Amino acid sequence: MCMRIKDHIILGPERAANMVWITVDGKELMAKEGEPVLASLLAENIIVNRYTVKRKEPRGLFCGIGQCTDCAMIVDGKPNVRTCITPVRQGMVIKTQHGVGEGGGKNGE
Amino acid sequence: MVNKEIVVVGAGPAGLAAAIEAAKAGGEVLVADLNILPGGQLFKQIHKFFGSSAHRSGTRGIEIGRQLLAEAEKYGVEIWLNSAVIGLYDDRVVSIEKGLNSGEKELINIKAEKIILATGASENVVRFKGWTLPGVMGAGAAQTMINVNRVKPGNKVVMLGSGNVGLIVSYQLMQAGCDVVALVEAAPNIGGYGVHASKIRRAGVPVYTRHTIIEAKGTDRVKEVIIAELDDSWQPIAGTEKVLEADVVTLAAGLKPISDLARLHDLEMVYNGVFGGWVPKHDENMESTQSGIYVAGDTTGVEEANTALEEGRLAGIAAAESLGYIAEKDAKERKDDTWKRLDGLRMGPFGEKRMYAKNEILACFPARS
Ligand SMILES: Cc1cc2nc3c(=O)[nH]c(=O)nc-3n(C[C@H](O)[C@H](O)[C@H](O)COP(=O)(O)OP(=O)(O)OC[C@H]3O[C@@H](n4cnc5c(N)ncnc54)[C@H](O)[C@@H]3O)c2cc1C
Ligand code: FES
Repeated sequence: MCMRIKDHIILGPERAANMVWITVDGKELMAKEGEPVLASLLAENIIVNRYTVKRKEPRGLFCGIGQCTDCAMIVDGKPNVRTCITPVRQGMVIKTQHGVGEGGGKNGE
Repeated sequence: MVNKEIVVVGAGPAGLAAAIEAAKAGGEVLVADLNILPGGQLFKQIHKFFGSSAHRSGTRGIEIGRQLLAEAEKYGVEIWLNSAVIGLYDDRVVSIEKGLNSGEKELINIKAEKIILATGASENVVRFKGWTLPGVMGAGAAQTMINVNRVKPGNKVVMLGSGNVGLIVSYQLMQAGCDVVALVEAAPNIGGYGVHASKIRRAGVPVYTRHTIIEAKGTDRVKEVIIAELDDSWQPIAGTEKVLEADVVTLAAGLKPISDLARLHDLEMVYNGVFGGWVPKHDENMESTQSGIYVAGDTTGVEEANTALEEGRLAGIAAAESLGYIAEKDAKERKDDTWKRLDGLRMGPFGEKRMYAKNEILACFPARS
């Protein structure tokens, strides 16, 4: 299901954007260049960004403005990237983060 | 180390207005913001303003945002986006994690003559069973997604809190095509303005006053929300639980000032309930207890976009004055005008409380040595 808002009573029709390919957990997706990575995922109805270290609980969008770190994922190999304030670029590789993430410390998975 | 005359932290209405005033007077200004887009909270506000006075109250936040950005450009304000300020050090050194076009970050230390902190506010959290499940989020977070990024965070929403933010965001979620299945409020009455409340009622949103959320249920995202009625001592009444089908819960329980940088740098703080928490003390120039460091907007107490903008102006004028760009007499006139507009914005039943709170903060400012 696509969650993008095509027509908006106040904002008008969706503005044309440069579409690029990104990879999310091995799957290729189309995304708008420059939008927050988190928005590209929501558009595809993907809402879990990471699982916590100890209790392995899911986390997703909470503040949307870079304050809470709930939306952290592994982006181009780097863990703990806040996807709500990270712009999409062509060819980005994004992975759901488990715990502190690959290469993110000795408890990483 | 790079040198800049004035570094502004935060590109919301307060930071941009400060930058514009200082640059207009001739100052060299850099604004750093951690977000991808400038404007702070303004670009999510697609409604006509709820500002407490006539002043700009018919203007949408996005329009004010566009105007500010155009002015900032006109006066040569430099804006670094995707650039978080992560520390302040002695002698006004600002540590910035600058976002580069490559996607990498570079740590840059800047020696500033004046610093203006305009970091805004963050949303309060409400805890209930399941509040960390994906799908539970701040009302502002949902508002950012629908109005700025134009994606829906889900389809069926339960809104908690009926202040202006709760009411406006509910309405905007409907404009975005979401279904608001309930507006839940613990108090006996709706908190926000009547105009916004009647829009919600007309749209047929079920309003549950004297209710709260007991639990959000689901495995990897919210699927059900359990609400219950509250008794006179705000305790849930057993047997009144209702199960609502929903995939989003939005929390609109107020905001608190973001003042980490101020606290870490030992600016003197004071607690103010009306303003949402701990705020840096400041004088009528918006200068903090450390000379050369100014504060403005929601970080000095949660109010509204227009007051943030005017406070930013004060800080910008005062900083430019102390750098010698504006003569004392001229600066005084401009600051007096700005204070008059601020007084105008702090009127009426909601505004007066804020006027009183602001005066308390000004009154507790220690004498400068
Ligand atoms: C959901 C919501 C709805 C609102 N609706 C209205 C409304 O309808 N009408 C109204 O008048 N007011 C409204 N407000 C309040 C109003 O928007 C704010 O009062 C106003 O935006 C405050 O301006 P500001 O410049 O102080 O902060 P903000 O607009 O929040 O800007 C602060 C900026 O600082 C940046 N920042 C923070 N920390 C750092 C750091 N360490 N490094 C770099 N950058 C940083 C942030 O990214 C942000 O861009 C609303 C607020 C919210 C949250
Ligand atoms: S959702 Fe809070 S940091 Fe991204």
